[in-house]
Amino acid sequence: MNVASGIIFQVLQSVLVVLIAPLMLGWVNQCRAWLQNKSGAGIWQPYKVLNKLFHKDAVLAHDASALFRATPYILFGCMWLAVGIVPVLATDLPFAPAADVIALVGLFALARVFIALAGMDVGTSFGTLGARREMMIGFLAEPAMLMALFTASLISHSTSLPTIVETLGQREFVIYPSMAFAAIAFLMVLLAENARIPIDNPATHLELTMIHEAMILEYSARHLALIEWASSLKLTAYITIGIAMFLPWGIAHAGDWIGLPIALGVLVVKLALAGAGLALLETVSAKMRIFRAPEFLGTAFLLATLGMLTHFLLET
Amino acid sequence: MDFWSLQPIEAAVTLSVIWIGLGVLGLAFARTPRAIVDLLFPAGAAVALALALTGLWAMSAPASTAILPAGLPDLPFHVRLDPLSGFFLLLLGGVSFGISLFSSGYFRVHAQGLGLLCVQYHVFLASMAFVLIADDAYLFMVTWESMALSSYFLVTTEHHSEQNRKAGFIYLLIAHLGAISILLSFGVLHGGHGDYTFDALRQAELNGFWATIAFLLAFFGFGAKAGMLPLHAWLPEAHPAAPSPVSALMSGVMLKTAIYGMIRVIYDLIGDIHWEWGLTVLLFGAATSLFGVLFALMQHDLKRLLAYHSVENIGIILIGIGLSMVFIGSGHPVAGVLGLIAGLYHTLNHAVFKALLFLGAGAILNSTGLRNLNEMGGLIRYMPHTAFYFLVGALAISALPPLNGFVSEWLTFQASLQAPLLESSVVRSIVPIVAAVLALSGALTGMCFVKVYGVAFLGQHRHQLAERPRDASGWERAGMLWLALGCLALGLLPVLMIGQLNSVSQALIHASLSNEAMASGWLWLVPTSSQQASYSPVVFLLVIAAVFGLTYLVVRQIYHGRLRRSDPWDCGFPEQTPRMEDTADGFGQPIRHIFAPIFQIHREIPRPDDPAPVFRQEVEDRHWQWMYLPIARFADFLSGHFGKLQQGRISVYLLYSFVTLIALLVFVQ
Repeated sequence: MNVASGIIFQVLQSVLVVLIAPLMLGWVNQCRAWLQNKSGAGIWQPYKVLNKLFHKDAVLAHDASALFRATPYILFGCMWLAVGIVPVLATDLPFAPAADVIALVGLFALARVFIALAGMDVGTSFGTLGARREMMIGFLAEPAMLMALFTASLISHSTSLPTIVETLGQREFVIYPSMAFAAIAFLMVLLAENARIPIDNPATHLELTMIHEAMILEYSARHLALIEWASSLKLTAYITIGIAMFLPWGIAHAGDWIGLPIALGVLVVKLALAGAGLALLETVSAKMRIFRAPEFLGTAFLLATLGMLTHFLLET
Repeated sequence: MDFWSLQPIEAAVTLSVIWIGLGVLGLAFARTPRAIVDLLFPAGAAVALALALTGLWAMSAPASTAILPAGLPDLPFHVRLDPLSGFFLLLLGGVSFGISLFSSGYFRVHAQGLGLLCVQYHVFLASMAFVLIADDAYLFMVTWESMALSSYFLVTTEHHSEQNRKAGFIYLLIAHLGAISILLSFGVLHGGHGDYTFDALRQAELNGFWATIAFLLAFFGFGAKAGMLPLHAWLPEAHPAAPSPVSALMSGVMLKTAIYGMIRVIYDLIGDIHWEWGLTVLLFGAATSLFGVLFALMQHDLKRLLAYHSVENIGIILIGIGLSMVFIGSGHPVAGVLGLIAGLYHTLNHAVFKALLFLGAGAILNSTGLRNLNEMGGLIRYMPHTAFYFLVGALAISALPPLNGFVSEWLTFQASLQAPLLESSVVRSIVPIVAAVLALSGALTGMCFVKVYGVAFLGQHRHQLAERPRDASGWERAGMLWLALGCLALGLLPVLMIGQLNSVSQALIHASLSNEAMASGWLWLVPTSSQQASYSPVVFLLVIAAVFGLTYLVVRQIYHGRLRRSDPWDCGFPEQTPRMEDTADGFGQPIRHIFAPIFQIHREIPRPDDPAPVFRQEVEDRHWQWMYLPIARFADFLSGHFGKLQQGRISVYLLYSFVTLIALLVFVQ
């Protein structure tokens, strides 16, 4: 019974999150448009774009190799796996033990390496430029991310997300200073890793500043659609990891059918708030120069380390 | 001899002797190089495979010993095969199987001096095997030296080049400094009584001071061989000089014999581990790994770059071992086992993927003659097989799931997350910082291999080639395939190997992982308990593959699969040439910028009105300035003064002898 319900929950969650991920992106864009006094394209716009792209004929450079063609699918697979593992609706998913937070970071790194390689595949100047910058952001963000996750995992003595959710979700509400540090660091990494302002601007194709967009310039049609979808999945995955680690209240157990609608409602509210918050952050801050990125991510790393020291000094 | 009563140790000795025999046969066949590559190298590979199986067998068998009828009178060689030696024999055999297969294809092109090369190669292999099974300090040092010498001759195979000779000399020098240090460490352990068998050394009672001296001597002695900072200088010189299969052997296997020696002396012979030692190992490991990867990112010679990555990976192994020593020294053996297993597993993983990468570099060198990344490009179109195997190796070394490099880094992280067990709050805070350094070097490795792969295999070719490069030959492919399968198997089924490593640790430090950790089945890797952390590479691979296939079909079903080829778009810029791609140095530019204080950079920037501008930049290792050159100058100074003793007249030398005799007589009185 428990196994069956676990599998149903797993399938339900994976399909649901994959389907609503573009909506998340649409919501962020819509909120940002409202904040900037524009009417916006509507929250369904990303679906229309995906549909349009899937309809188009793919154009491939003459020299593009098999790696270039496989990368969008690999990327999509990685991100689907990520949202399947993070306890979004319920803990105790059958696939959740497949990866703890460190393995999730590894999974994101795998996706990053493939997209950077694909960026270099055709051999255009923009592709290599994007790959170089993306890997730079990546190596700066990864230690900061791991440090934030280590700090957050110290309280529950576990790096497994379901355990973290169970431990923190069932405790009475206490503000741990170390968690506050870790949460800020995680937020900074989230912005950098998802190519958001202030590190990158998803809405620009300006040569001097673009990172993520530069790598995928050569992609078109279904390949581009899959990459865009994977990007929105990545954003959703990061936000749900953040929710699981720092705001775990309301996530249902597997087999808890009554808890499910509540969990779903709570999740929608949290995602909506997170999206609005992201739009607000992007509206009030400006993109920084590429070589300020080390300072930004270095600060994130330092905050996470401070969080860890705080935990060792104050909370044990 | 009755076959069924065969002991693992007898099998190991026999196989090693067969290796030497194959080498000697190489001399006999020196006139017929075809026979060497068609018969002797594949035969050597078969022996390697048998040795790997022997090692696997020994890992779950009780230790077996033997006394060889060789050595000096009254001082026979003792050999012993316990699970730890068995594990390293497995590594040696498994990796050299692939390398020997590859060599069989690789050395076809280099027919000259093949007989001699065959001797050196197989004696090198056999001496590594004997190092691993030696059970007295005497045999250990003899085989250690023969390993250093045979590899020296292999490094200087192409001795016509001045640079290779210099590289060989530096290697020999540092190897001998290390050997002296190891010898002294055995001397300290010996303590003045008994003989030099490892059993006697184990029994010797040392006080804390002498034990620490023995530890330091062994740590730096073996560290010199392993390429630990600051004794790494020989590594980036020697590896590019050697033929590629030899680089693969040296980097993949020989460095690991140093790790073996370190573990043997510290855990087994000294035994009583202090946590301060662990902290030393941990900090040296962290510094080594970060330094290695930063310098690797600055390289454009592929083999030099891989050599610096060996430095980095030795650092990661040392982090695992250091963590284990810290935990054992502070009385938490179970966490210590986790660190030890992480270190050992990374030792095996590094051997497999680094050998694979060096073989890939060899295949490129053989077909294009290029070692400089800046001249390569687009090789995936000419060498698809090599490109695929190299990609597997690159993903594995970048610690990406679901391949093997990730498993051992993950285990190291898990070990470092046991830090709250420690009592000292200073150490407790250092351990996670070391973990962050590990994360940084892991991510930098990812960047470095995106650079290597992107510049060498992807994009447009930067160099006018005389002919279209051919892909690796059948033997070469077989060798790379074997190692690539190793990366995949060790990545997907880590639980099987970790079960074996658990028995190594049980035999070595009488502690093993908790029962809960081992009871989760082959699918789930669980280091402590399933509540704390778990990882399943098989699920990773299956889900990604399933989504890949499903998406591919669904997109084609609902929409279409139409495809059209055209020129690259590149923001509408039409004048694209290969010179506009990033070179290896260009790709490393952000690193040079961010970590500028670490590097010593010489730049020559052309004047604006220069008609043929050349931009030259060299990044140097500061250790040469800080450490090696002062020591060299000091040695030069000393020898200059001692040189005055050399008068060249017999009467003066007789006077010296006389004075020495008098002095000794006085001293003895």
